[in-house]
Amino acid sequence: MYSYLLPEFIVERREDRCIACRVCERQCANDVHAYDPELERMVSRAEACVGCQRCAVLCPTGALLIRPHPAEYRPNSSWTREKLQDLKKQAETGGVILTGSGNDKPYRIYWDHLVLNASQVTNPSIDPLREPMELKTFLGRKPDTLEIDLDNGGVKIESALHPNVPVATPIVFSAMSYGAISYQAFQSLARAAKEAGTLFNTGEGGLPKEMRAAYGGNAIVQCASGRFGVDPEYLNCAAVIEIKIGQGAKPGIGGHLPGEKVSENISVTRMIPRGTDALSPAPQHDIYSIEDLSMLIYALKEATNYEKPVSVKIAAVHNVAAIASGMVRAGADIIAIDGLRGGTGAAPKIIRDNVGIPIELALAAVDKRLREEGIRNKCSILAAGGIRCSADVVKAIALGADAVYIGTAALVAMGCTLCQKCYTGKCNWGICTQDPYLAKRLNPEIAGRRLVNLLHGWSHEIKEMLGGMGINAIESLRGNREHLRGVGLAEWELDVLGVKGAGE
Amino acid sequence: MNNLNVRFGLRDMFLDGVRPAAALIKYVNINGQSAEIDALDLKHKELNDLLRAVALQGISKVTVKNVFGQRYIGTRLYLPDPEKRLEIRISGNPGNDLGAFLNGHRIIVFGNAQDGVGNTMDDGEIIVHGRAGDIAAMSMRGGKIFIRDNVGYRAAIHMKEYPGKVPVLVIGGTAQDFFGEYMAGGIVILLGLTLKENEPHKAHYIGTGMHGGVIYLRGRVEEYQLGKEVGVRPLDDRDRAVVERYVGEFCAHFGLSAGKILQGEFRKLLPVSKRPYGKIYAY
Repeated sequence: MYSYLLPEFIVERREDRCIACRVCERQCANDVHAYDPELERMVSRAEACVGCQRCAVLCPTGALLIRPHPAEYRPNSSWTREKLQDLKKQAETGGVILTGSGNDKPYRIYWDHLVLNASQVTNPSIDPLREPMELKTFLGRKPDTLEIDLDNGGVKIESALHPNVPVATPIVFSAMSYGAISYQAFQSLARAAKEAGTLFNTGEGGLPKEMRAAYGGNAIVQCASGRFGVDPEYLNCAAVIEIKIGQGAKPGIGGHLPGEKVSENISVTRMIPRGTDALSPAPQHDIYSIEDLSMLIYALKEATNYEKPVSVKIAAVHNVAAIASGMVRAGADIIAIDGLRGGTGAAPKIIRDNVGIPIELALAAVDKRLREEGIRNKCSILAAGGIRCSADVVKAIALGADAVYIGTAALVAMGCTLCQKCYTGKCNWGICTQDPYLAKRLNPEIAGRRLVNLLHGWSHEIKEMLGGMGINAIESLRGNREHLRGVGLAEWELDVLGVKGAGE
Repeated sequence: MNNLNVRFGLRDMFLDGVRPAAALIKYVNINGQSAEIDALDLKHKELNDLLRAVALQGISKVTVKNVFGQRYIGTRLYLPDPEKRLEIRISGNPGNDLGAFLNGHRIIVFGNAQDGVGNTMDDGEIIVHGRAGDIAAMSMRGGKIFIRDNVGYRAAIHMKEYPGKVPVLVIGGTAQDFFGEYMAGGIVILLGLTLKENEPHKAHYIGTGMHGGVIYLRGRVEEYQLGKEVGVRPLDDRDRAVVERYVGEFCAHFGLSAGKILQGEFRKLLPVSKRPYGKIYAY
């Protein structure tokens, strides 16, 4: 515990409601609540509270109110409370400040400055409740031309096609590894992806052997710098293979899964000794150039007999468009771009909050560049990092994405409240922890159902928005910037996004 | 490649001009259980197409001659029958990523190998009668690699192990910088046979970031050549047994005598912590 720090949260207990049932005490892994037998009432240690709201939600009498601690230093726009508290933590430890989940700083959220179109008078809107509406999306490289044979009454595709993977809705769960999240949370994502006909991403933690037969067909398996959990069966059981170069929350740096989280199961799944840190180096040591990337892409294609699309995931950074072009030329079938607001289980805060660019600008720049070079068909684009609702999905697709990755949104659907303490391993919601007592709070059947519900709700909303625009297939929206207008954006921003201002 | 709508063009180094299987048959000569492939004009993928085809036909010994830089030899041999194991004998110089993701086969190279030998290899054996380039045995997690001469930079980087799988890398010569970087497991033996009498090993930053596994190093190495995450220990009886076993196998592959090699001075490099970076964070 730190000295000289103000508590982040205040715990208010309505004594007239509290029945001292001690639910709050049992639910809190941070030991905020305790029963004092002498006073015969509950007492709280607010300084340990992370604001996850687990106790407040589960309190049967609604006796608890947890809110940000109102104490403030003298107001100062430059030296904010957060900056002061961080300085004090570093003065005490000499360490790098860790954090979890995505960038919470007030960078402009472009989704909120883009508005969608709808049909009025000059073309009819479509009602998706009664008319067919296609959200199915194919991820992978598309041919330059398509030869078809219409001779024998049927339609037969003559051209050789590259492997493509269909998803029922253009929403894919982004990379969250077993180890970063609990087995239960990992399984919830897998179950939901299978039921909803979409994909989940194993992250760099491997795919447990017992899950391969049932869920491999819905898995994007990662091959990242630590090569954790990569064996030929892992690659061959999957739907898609993803080379992870970078992550939006921490572009340019690797990851450290602390040794205390490397249990026996995680040791075998990641293929590392038990109790050692799982260190993912910052670069992949066989990739120092586009040519080297190409070498790994084809190594993975060789290892899977050219049967699976290979995705390359990068963080959105300054020259993202040129990098993406190189990736496509290197042979990537899918390029995944993770923006400034992408989440993480653990990252140095200084990196999370200061490195990278917003996904909206990166996505628009990449789509434009690949079109200009005539190679947009060679890859699918997956946009990630800060997709919060179905409207963000629609806007991302109109800016050129084929589909989106959702990570934080999926976690919230399972119970996450964005307390940003993922790196402590004490997730009271059973998501980001390896403590069996905490992890069993998450029931994969129930959490899986909640994720399927989320995908269902979003998909229906997407259909409504498409129908309103008079479009009946998600394909017709891809890169269709005519359906977007900017509000409150500067000229250069409109220019990068490739959209007109509202009213133009 | 067609040029419709393509301003700068896109050339696929691997797939352009790859011939169908039927056109490749003339490069293979099958004789009972064994086959010979002449790789002289074969592209990377063509050679691997042929290797897969002969493996699926049930052939267990393949000789590939005239290899000139073809990549990924052995990588495409994740076969439906996991018990099926091939022996591939290569003459010439195989290209990068020889035996990448290798699934239990045996590859013997009569020549030098390039970068990425045994990259992320899962199981099997690679024996190189010559030298190897950079990142040999990168992220290897099972099987054995024997290299007769020297290796390039970052050999054994991020090798790992877990219950039931311990990879082994034996290098006859010396290694370049960052040897054993980030090692998380496995057994690495560096013999220094290509060094002159009393000449120290070449590498600096040996075992930087190492947090698992063990390196047995024969010959001279100075303190400043070691990364700060490794400690030096003398060998105990168990270590000696391990070294004797794998040096014995090494010598059997290359026709050398183990006795003299084992008389050299060995030291054992171990990580000082399983968690080298556990204390750099403020929570």
